[in-house]
Amino acid sequence: MRKTLVLTGAALLGLGLTACSKDEPKSADAGGPIAVSATDTACDVAKKEAASGVVTFAISNKGGKITEFYVYAAGDRVMAEVENIPPGITRELKAELPAGTYETACKPGMIGSGIRAAFTVSGSAAPLTADAKLADATANYQRYVQSQTVPLLAKTEEFVTAVKAGDIAKAKALFPIARTYWERIEPVAEIFGDLDPKIDGREDVIAEGMAFTGFHKLEQDLWVKGDVSKSGAIADQLLVDVKEIVAKATAEKLSPLQLANGAKELLDEVASGKITGEEDRYSHTDLWDFAANLEGSKASVAALRPALEDRAPDLVAKLDTAFKNAETTLAKHRDGDGWKLHTALTTGELKELTDVINALAEPISKIAAVIAK
Amino acid sequence: MVTRRTAITLAGVGAAGLAGAGAMALIDGGTGDGTANALSGAADAVAFFGPHQAGIVTPAQDRLHFAAFDVIAKDRAELIELLREWTAAAARLTAGHDAGHFGAVGGIPEAPPDDTGEALGLPASGLTLTIGFGPTLFRDADGRDRFGIADKRPAALADLPAFRGDALRPEISGGDICIQACANDPQVAVHAIRNLARIGFGRVTMRYSQLGFGRTSSTSRAQATPRNLMGFKDGTANLKAEDTELLKEHLWADAPDGAAWMTGGSYLVTRRIRMLIETWDRTSLGEQEAIIGRDKGEGAPLGKAKEFDEPDFTAVGKDGEKVMPMEAHVRLAHPDFNGNARLLRRGYNFVDGSDSLGRLDAGLFFMAYQRDPRKQFVPVQRSLAKADILNEYIRHVSSAVWAIPPGVSGPEDFWGRTLFT
Repeated sequence: MRKTLVLTGAALLGLGLTACSKDEPKSADAGGPIAVSATDTACDVAKKEAASGVVTFAISNKGGKITEFYVYAAGDRVMAEVENIPPGITRELKAELPAGTYETACKPGMIGSGIRAAFTVSGSAAPLTADAKLADATANYQRYVQSQTVPLLAKTEEFVTAVKAGDIAKAKALFPIARTYWERIEPVAEIFGDLDPKIDGREDVIAEGMAFTGFHKLEQDLWVKGDVSKSGAIADQLLVDVKEIVAKATAEKLSPLQLANGAKELLDEVASGKITGEEDRYSHTDLWDFAANLEGSKASVAALRPALEDRAPDLVAKLDTAFKNAETTLAKHRDGDGWKLHTALTTGELKELTDVINALAEPISKIAAVIAK
Repeated sequence: MVTRRTAITLAGVGAAGLAGAGAMALIDGGTGDGTANALSGAADAVAFFGPHQAGIVTPAQDRLHFAAFDVIAKDRAELIELLREWTAAAARLTAGHDAGHFGAVGGIPEAPPDDTGEALGLPASGLTLTIGFGPTLFRDADGRDRFGIADKRPAALADLPAFRGDALRPEISGGDICIQACANDPQVAVHAIRNLARIGFGRVTMRYSQLGFGRTSSTSRAQATPRNLMGFKDGTANLKAEDTELLKEHLWADAPDGAAWMTGGSYLVTRRIRMLIETWDRTSLGEQEAIIGRDKGEGAPLGKAKEFDEPDFTAVGKDGEKVMPMEAHVRLAHPDFNGNARLLRRGYNFVDGSDSLGRLDAGLFFMAYQRDPRKQFVPVQRSLAKADILNEYIRHVSSAVWAIPPGVSGPEDFWGRTLFT
């Protein structure tokens, strides 16, 4: 009987920094931040290389869509990112980057894999030890969660405001977008007992004695009743609950094993709830949730990647292929900046999605054992 | 290696369950020299390796789980890799072991078990696993030769023609690869398909599958003839494992047939035949017997006394009519009227719940092995489709034809090797 490896936050090496980090190591920037000019179709990064250490980017959104900016390591491991940059705004991003090859990406409309470009960092950085790689996985994922909780709160607030203002069209448009941030980090949300069903419970899965509240209650009001004049209390409660879970999730450190299991659970969510159209049964916006689950699963795996590359390079190659296939198959169902409704997909298309999720979930289910070695 | 289940030796031999894994009495599954031994215990294992695949002349087991897959793997190497993995798993499963190396409970707690576990404690139960390749494996619906085997498609693996009265549903017809799992315990058959499907995730996708019970044919003289859901004995005139010469002639593919890689293989036609049993059950006994051409109790051809009496197609009764009606099923399907076409039928009954009209969704999952469907199944089905009164009570809703490759010679060999080398 092996002991499960549980890492506390004590051993963490903070190796990347989010935009809001406080303890900034010595800057490696010479001549100020690297300018990034983002439009709806382009992502011009002024410099393609930097010295290792803290690299600062200044992203100006000159397009008409909200954009995001990412620095990715291999396997789309997020080293740093800044989300939710409205048109006309410039945001700074500081990324601590060891020597290596990276990709920068702008995501106009906050969708897809983004407009990518290679970015090289040279210099010396000691490679992480095996244990440090696992510890870093926890830190890396925690940064990911933080990057999602900020827009989750912002978009939920917008959604709730629209509901309370009786603006049904706006609320309908915001519903799947607010849920996207939620669905990406659902494994964390599920840790907090009752909060998950309060926020995301469906009418049929509410436990006895619990009221039907949260996103799906508002979904029902918006799509089925077409009347949100009495939805104010539910909307207020949703915001309270989301605020609480954001506070808790931001502090939560998931162990590498929890990450591995979370990656698998997100795909189980896709297979059992999204492909079947059960999740968003009134709005049929299941594919937004599907995409978010897939992205969240990928983020968990990416956090574990350095450790996995040491221990099971074959598995990493399999995962890369399977993720790519799943993303490609899902991308067929894009509709503008969003997704087709579940009801627009044929049985054949849903089966094809099932196949790629099965193909991905099997290798993902093997990660936990590799991490536990 | 973890053993799934403690071996159970032949009942009646007096051997107690041996301590230690893997000691098993093997039934010769008819794979050795085309003959089958007398029936052994229902719990025993059937030999997996041999010149022919097991599950063809193996005395028909009581249960079926048949699965048709479409290949989604993109290249030949990936497909071959899957066939190797499947073969290894099939050899283990048929011997009564777990699907994977660690088994249902032998792995570490952090890993999902490499066997699903529902067969823990169950004996091998006569499990056979038989693989077949459909026409679309050689060239898909868009005409693409995905795996570089289009030129190997045997002439005998011709697409079946449309038959009169066909009510085929495309989504439960055809397929790239089939696996027939037969066992004396339904849980063992299902377990095998479930684990093979899991191994195949990402490389194959399940197109359709069918559970069956109560074998409807005997493939050995040691077996009594079973009854189908119409209540009649079915398969009296079947090819039997003991008919070595007949099997050579009617069952096994041979090099002169044109596809050398198929030597020792066979061809399988599968048809899901829905029976409108509520209507059938309201039909008078006399009419039922006239439609089939046998009496319901004994199964003797009309005008004869015993089941295995040869039917007399010329005898005329007192009324001046043929004793065996011109449209009787037995007459229409008989080799005498179909260029001596013989089949080795190996079908199963099915009841898949009921339909929205409250009728049992029941019938016969017809399976017939043969040397060349163009000369065997097709002419027989043509004459049945044209005149059989039985057509009023049945609907063919699914159809497929498969090339059944030769057997696996040993642990180094794999299913379909001759096709890919």
